[in-house]
Amino acid sequence: MGVDNSVTLESFCKNLKIEVIELTEDTMEFDMIGIDASLANAFRRILIAEVPTMAIENVLMVNNTSVIPDEVLAHRLGLIPLNADPKLFEYLSEHDTPNERNTIVFKLAVSCKKGSPRLTVKSDQLKWLPGGSELEMESPTPSAKPRTYTSFSRSQDSMPEFANKPLGVKHQDIIIDKLGPGQAIELEAHAVKGIGKVHAKWSPVATAWYRMLPEVILLKEIKGVDAEKLVKKCPVNVFDIEDVGKGGKKAVVANPRACTLCRECIRGVNEPQVELRRAKDHFIS
Amino acid sequence: MEHGSLTDLSSSTFSLIDEDHTLANSVRFTLNQDPRVQFCGYSIPHPSDNKVNIRVQTTGDPAKDVLKDALQNLMLMCKHVRTTFDDTVNDFRATEKVEHIDINSDR
Repeated sequence: MGVDNSVTLESFCKNLKIEVIELTEDTMEFDMIGIDASLANAFRRILIAEVPTMAIENVLMVNNTSVIPDEVLAHRLGLIPLNADPKLFEYLSEHDTPNERNTIVFKLAVSCKKGSPRLTVKSDQLKWLPGGSELEMESPTPSAKPRTYTSFSRSQDSMPEFANKPLGVKHQDIIIDKLGPGQAIELEAHAVKGIGKVHAKWSPVATAWYRMLPEVILLKEIKGVDAEKLVKKCPVNVFDIEDVGKGGKKAVVANPRACTLCRECIRGVNEPQVELRRAKDHFIS
Repeated sequence: MEHGSLTDLSSSTFSLIDEDHTLANSVRFTLNQDPRVQFCGYSIPHPSDNKVNIRVQTTGDPAKDVLKDALQNLMLMCKHVRTTFDDTVNDFRATEKVEHIDINSDR
């Protein structure tokens, strides 16, 4: 089969290699060599479903006269990616009160005046309320200070973690809603910490995938005109020509990473010249 | 939850709740590395229930201890992957920054 399954912990630690190919703010591509498929798949599954993020969960509607129903609007708000580090927050369970350590409060108040053209509500209109909820709950007894829907003991912008980076949405130009003349939206949105398993809005990745490195092996030397034909056949330029003294040309495998295993190089040839396999312990993207 | 016989501790089935292929396949892989294990496998009785059954049969040692060791090994492997990954990313970021400085100094 090619791979020795009796790998021990020390040899695993010695053999594991990770190479980063590309790293930007939004994407990352890297290779893992010397790891088994089950672990690579476990990492992929955990990336998609079990890494926590913050997303809007509860939406308190004050006024919504737009054409989008309340629940659809709330669903859309939940899917907006937020620029908040989930490590700074705790989980909010059913019995907890929302406070500054487990909730982020946003407010959206837009209206389109009669006589003006259609207004597009974009995600930059979601304002962060560092002091907590501003909507008041109905209190049974007339007390001096009415309670709001969250109990913030201190304003979030007085906390050192949020001093330099104000919380907000990640992308400012996501269209939430469109308002015609005379329509208005006023709502308050509470964001909490969660994982992708519960709802996909909490999944931090757009997607995560891997594939195994294709191994392209030339079974015998391919020279001259055959070499040029082979290079032309491959749609992604896996092969290349190497000049071997006296004008002779030899085909070599230049770029196995690009191979999509389309099998075009095997078609139409009587005897097996090229063998295509996957490296069982080399995971790339 | 462990289902086994009271007299023979070397074979039993462990039923884990709130787990799925993510943990079960990785644990099955680490169990396979252990030379004390005669047979190991996992199954998911029904995809709607969040349960996994892991079967371990050993050459004499109690199955519970072998499973514990396998889980410990898995934790250490993941820790090692984490440190290797962090080091690689930091090195990559450092070399990237150096290249940026070079580009800027040309202007």
